[in-house]
Amino acid sequence: MTTNEALINYCLRLGDSSLILGQRMSEWCSNGPILEEDIAMSNIALDLFGQARIMLTYAGKIEKKGRTENDLSFKRLEREFLNNLLSERPNGHFGDTVARNFFLSAFSFHLYSALKASADEQISAFAIKSLKEVTYHLRHSAEWIIRLGDGTEESHTKIQDSIENLWEYTEDLFAMNEVDKILIKEKIAIDLNTIKPLWNKTINEILTKATLNQPENSFMQSGSLDGMHSEVLGHLLTEMQFLPRAYPTAKW
Amino acid sequence: MPEAYRKHLQRQISQHAHSEIIGMQPEGNWLLRAPSLRAKVVLLAKIQDEAGHGLYLYSAAETLGKSRTEYLNELRTGKAKYSSIFNYPTLTWADMGAVGWLVDGAAIVNQVSLQRTSYGPYARSMVKICKEESFHQRQGYEIITDMARGSEAQKEMAQDALNRFWWPSIMMFGPHDSDSPNTGNAVKWKIKRATNDELRQSFIDKTVHQAEIIGLTIPDPDLKWNEKRGHYDFGEMDWDEFWRVVKGGGPCSKQRLKHYNDAHNSGEWVRKAAKTYAEKQQLKQDVA
Repeated sequence: MTTNEALINYCLRLGDSSLILGQRMSEWCSNGPILEEDIAMSNIALDLFGQARIMLTYAGKIEKKGRTENDLSFKRLEREFLNNLLSERPNGHFGDTVARNFFLSAFSFHLYSALKASADEQISAFAIKSLKEVTYHLRHSAEWIIRLGDGTEESHTKIQDSIENLWEYTEDLFAMNEVDKILIKEKIAIDLNTIKPLWNKTINEILTKATLNQPENSFMQSGSLDGMHSEVLGHLLTEMQFLPRAYPTAKW
Repeated sequence: MPEAYRKHLQRQISQHAHSEIIGMQPEGNWLLRAPSLRAKVVLLAKIQDEAGHGLYLYSAAETLGKSRTEYLNELRTGKAKYSSIFNYPTLTWADMGAVGWLVDGAAIVNQVSLQRTSYGPYARSMVKICKEESFHQRQGYEIITDMARGSEAQKEMAQDALNRFWWPSIMMFGPHDSDSPNTGNAVKWKIKRATNDELRQSFIDKTVHQAEIIGLTIPDPDLKWNEKRGHYDFGEMDWDEFWRVVKGGGPCSKQRLKHYNDAHNSGEWVRKAAKTYAEKQQLKQDVA
């Protein structure tokens, strides 16, 4: 694998994760528990789509096959998507969404903090821009974790369940392969083992504040780096890709 | 403030706010299926603006001595109305064009005149809303233009969307002045600065040309330029349909209200948790 091939793969990972989570967050539109939350969740989705557009456009550019952000979003198949498994988890109830976003935004926060120093100018610029956004996403989800954890008995039980149910998808965030090995050597990517303890610390601090328990690792899901997803991704893509698939030659 | 003036404003501003909130649904229907990432973010930003308009309007309405919760209860129980246009379905992507172009286009004509309404908080919210609405109208016109100039299938979808949304759009201005029970006082009190028929005429006059430019046909055989009046003449609207939809007989009337109520009910435990948490924090602060 060449450095360029590794870089394309890495950009797709970043871009796809933002895209798929953005699509999930858009599903909240007009469904939020209060108007202010509806607006906040749309904001988060807009940030995520913005991030996806940057990374997918860049992937297309360095691939040199003329593929645009739209070709990469709407014309790839399930097994070609490299988003992490957590980002595709269904929204569930508000607590499930908050828990998913909390794990993810804490991960993105530490990842982008480190990628600011990437030797690849585009990745570094992307990280600097996106860090501002995920700092807010982390604040938003962490505040809700605390409110729900330390709110009513019902909300405490619900959010603890959400955390337990999603925990098995968190290990997949830190998976690495040949791509990482090549890019770490070039100082483009970072060793995810270095941010794992930081992520753990953030999670632990907030859960403690929220009077919630951090689950133990038992069976942990994996596979996103090989395009091995859960069944839900195919349905998400079917809906998202409908128009460009139904009218392949149309311009919109 | 005279009671009748207050009552009229409470009804009008809250109806306007409810329309913004319910209006998120027909467009939200295509958000997950937008055909490009650009189209998706523009549509999402637009729907988000509408939620924001709802917020400004509820705030303006709250200055009249009633809380947002009270206004929303009236919406949830079907006591309050919202614009009937949102009780029509959005069946194809071209409807995102038609809604922006025609529905937001009609709303702007009304809202521009409301920037000079006599009640300050309402007038000021309109200034901000109008700026965003004109972006929405352009967003819709861009979609419909691209489709009208696209493939045969796209062109057909664009014409079909215009056919379905034209009459409901011009009915958005309400009944003829002669049949409008609220127009008299509203004009006298300078809440309304132009009548339903004046606003409708102004909308039609500017929209006909926009349809011509992109080669679409407005579905009204009686539409004709009247040199003497300096305006377009147009056909009669189907008032039976108008009143049926106003009274809850629109294709999506039940669905829209149910959607809103389902979301509200699913969020009950979240609102309760936030309130309980805030009370606990307050208690801690008081003890300290």
